[in-house]
Amino acid sequence: MASIQIENVQKAFGKTIAIDQLNLEIKDGEFFTFLGPSGCGKTTTLRMIAGFYYPTKGVVRFGEKDMTRVPPEKRNTGMVFQNYALFPHMTVFENVAFGLKVRKVSSADVKLKVLEVLRKVRLEKYSDRQVSQLSGGQQQRVALARALAIEPEILLLDEPLSNLDAKLRDEMRAEILRLQRDYKITTIYVTHDQAEALSMSDRIAVFNYGVCHQVGTPAEIYNQPANDFVASFIGEINLLPVQVDHVEQEDIAVTLKNDGEPVKLIVHNHTNEDELNKGNLAVSIRPEAIRILDTVETGTNVLKGKIAAVQFLGSIVNLMVQIDHVSLKVDVLNTHEFGHYYQGKDVYVELPEKQLRLLPVISGEVNV
Amino acid sequence: MFKNRDTRLTIWLLIPVVFVLVAYVLYPSLRTFFESLQSDGSISLGNYQDFFVQESKTNLLALWNSVYISILSVFFSALIGIPLAIIFNRYDFPGRSFFSTAAILPIVLPSLVGVMAFMFLYGESGLIPNAIKDLLGLEKVPFKIGGVSGILIVHAYTMYVYFYMTVSAAINKIDPSLEEAAYNLGANRIKVFWKVTFPLLTPAIVAASLLVFMISMASFSAPFLLAGGYRVLSLQIYFSKINGDMEIAATQSVILSIVSISFLLFMRWYQNRKDYRMATKGIGAHRSEVKNPFMKWLMVGFGMIGVLILLLPHFTILLLSLVPDGTWTWQTYPSVFNLENYRLLFADPNIFKPLKNSLIMAVIATVGNLVFGVIASYLLVKRKFVGKSFVDILVMIPWALPATVIGMNLVFAFNEPNVFSFGQILVGTFWILPLAYFIRHIPLVVRSTNAVLEQLDDSIEEAARNLGAKWFYTFRKVILPIIMPGVLSGTLLAFIESVGEFPTSVLLYTISNRPISIEIMNQLRMFNMGQAAAYGMIQITLIVIVLFISNKFFGIKAEKAL
Repeated sequence: MASIQIENVQKAFGKTIAIDQLNLEIKDGEFFTFLGPSGCGKTTTLRMIAGFYYPTKGVVRFGEKDMTRVPPEKRNTGMVFQNYALFPHMTVFENVAFGLKVRKVSSADVKLKVLEVLRKVRLEKYSDRQVSQLSGGQQQRVALARALAIEPEILLLDEPLSNLDAKLRDEMRAEILRLQRDYKITTIYVTHDQAEALSMSDRIAVFNYGVCHQVGTPAEIYNQPANDFVASFIGEINLLPVQVDHVEQEDIAVTLKNDGEPVKLIVHNHTNEDELNKGNLAVSIRPEAIRILDTVETGTNVLKGKIAAVQFLGSIVNLMVQIDHVSLKVDVLNTHEFGHYYQGKDVYVELPEKQLRLLPVISGEVNV
Repeated sequence: MFKNRDTRLTIWLLIPVVFVLVAYVLYPSLRTFFESLQSDGSISLGNYQDFFVQESKTNLLALWNSVYISILSVFFSALIGIPLAIIFNRYDFPGRSFFSTAAILPIVLPSLVGVMAFMFLYGESGLIPNAIKDLLGLEKVPFKIGGVSGILIVHAYTMYVYFYMTVSAAINKIDPSLEEAAYNLGANRIKVFWKVTFPLLTPAIVAASLLVFMISMASFSAPFLLAGGYRVLSLQIYFSKINGDMEIAATQSVILSIVSISFLLFMRWYQNRKDYRMATKGIGAHRSEVKNPFMKWLMVGFGMIGVLILLLPHFTILLLSLVPDGTWTWQTYPSVFNLENYRLLFADPNIFKPLKNSLIMAVIATVGNLVFGVIASYLLVKRKFVGKSFVDILVMIPWALPATVIGMNLVFAFNEPNVFSFGQILVGTFWILPLAYFIRHIPLVVRSTNAVLEQLDDSIEEAARNLGAKWFYTFRKVILPIIMPGVLSGTLLAFIESVGEFPTSVLLYTISNRPISIEIMNQLRMFNMGQAAAYGMIQITLIVIVLFISNKFFGIKAEKAL
């Protein structure tokens, strides 16, 4: 078991900078996820931890040890590859035993350990099969078993579930979590799937274009996104460009930047002050945080609008509410009778000030 | 440091590979080039001037003859190969799959043995013309092959396979929905074929044409045995060498190489050009069943006759190999058949020697090819280094150079001691032939290994290293076992080609290391065709065994490596 420190790491391929100024600390025994769209640098970072790339600048440490330039075979990390990378000419047993044989473990011990790990992943009956005879989910388990058999200090998972169908993916998600808790092993999980990241991780690092935008628990990432990229990459969100009017202790009064009548809102939740003093700003609110009021009401952040579209999804109903020149996505639970919300209906919406979050816009203009 | 360790490894692997390529591919070629610039002890273009403005025009005529024969070979090979590919891949009728396999039979015939078979089948005293003469009670044989017609028939027979294979592959890649779309838009069958299918096949046809042109420019065995007084350039090189006109031989070699290499470059350019390659993957073959019973059985009939014609040379060799020495002299047909030739092959040390020589030299060359091929291919596919395209080109040179030229290159490079021969004169020794076979088959083994290594995902190697295995352990226990089947099928092919190799052998052999092909030539000169055919049968058997092993155990079509 080990913690991982990544200090001021930069990785360049020729002139392209894949990772810039990365600082991360992954705690001992933590389930840590690198989340981001493809090409964001998350796999590059994972491969620097595994030793397949080495940083152009900066230091990678496992615990106290400087691992920056240690070759991959001396790092004692267990890696599960996206395509599993099982050795096609070996049986399940031989695949799992490979790392132990390399470590010159006696063959009696190899047998014992391999069977134990295979039992853990529930594949003990398949130990003599050729890997090509296994289903995708089973191959996934062999890859996990192979990585765990060497008792690695760190488990590295590179988009391990992306080749499985939806149902198996849910099953394997639980399986990976169970094994991780079982072995209490420091785990880095790379994915572009936000649902996976939110449901499995202790903490998440969100990447885009080689930059880590935010590190935090799933709830922090979801509820207090650092900027518009994090906010819109994870879950559905309404982003409205605004201008700050004035600050009053905890509350900030803002005006929507749109073509119509100025709309003023009070915001309670924001990223740190420094970020707010430079560049463009937007307020964000999750669709499920917006309240639809059926009766005429006045108060802070209550706006009058009209339902522009209704989408019935079963447990929830998606509404598109047009307020002057702004449209808002609103999710309501399916608690009313069918037809309660219809296109063209006049409604009042409340944007609770604690749910409205003021954040910096880093990806250029936000469309209204 | 990780990067440095890996870079070091790349360099350590690269050193022997580059050494071999420079010493045995690049240096000999340059040596020939310098030789061609020597005239009367000074450096000049005199030899080239002689080549083009010589009064008798012998050389220029030979060059023209080579080009002429190559163009006609392309034409006739295409005429056989393309229709066969279309019929076998588009129509379904009884026996189709058997016929389509039989269509690649000509590659199961070593070139020299094939030429010999054709001589005895269709030549002046050939079995077929004489049989027709006797059956119809004619005065003279109705036809005979020899000279240009003989070369062309042999070329068409052996080279149509390239058209057949490339066009077949292209047909199977065409998305059926393209043709269906054309039908849907109202085009009839003929229009669909000429406006949709055929244009999609043109890249394959052009590629095959260039390939056949190159191969037939380099062709040596057929002109050697059939040309008579007809001169082609590959043969001229041999004659110049025999006459001791080394500077002229060098000049002829350079000119033949230039023609071949420019075709290779043209081919590469053409293949890398953006063409309408199909984006769709994994299209099932769609064949229309021939419904009309008359047509159906007509096709089966033609198929049978075709297979018979394809197999005739093999049968002829088999038949001839059973005719003992001195029993077929004035008679029209052989009358005595027994296994005497095979008995002698193993009983008479003089007759066994060439077989033993060929096998030993082919094994040496092939082991070299295997080791070199795996390392070179691993570097080319899996490693990054400066100058990769240079190494890539050096690897391909022996493929582009005609065998005769490779032979001459070795003559010029190693008839004197130098660093690359470790201070020895290699010409006239045993080692020059294995070296020649090795060089000839570098591209074949590297290319077939490249194909399997490209299939091997990089993450497999990374997984092994992640689990703690060092590079060499990973290479031995993971990479090699996975790629071995593919590598071996290419290597076995190199082996059988080495056993039958003629053009370089004839330039470099000595009495003590004479291989099968030379002995076949000697036996033919002594009119002992039975013994020559017995050698041929050994080669055919070897080839059949190799193809069988490749198909059965490696699940790989060996002919794909060609």
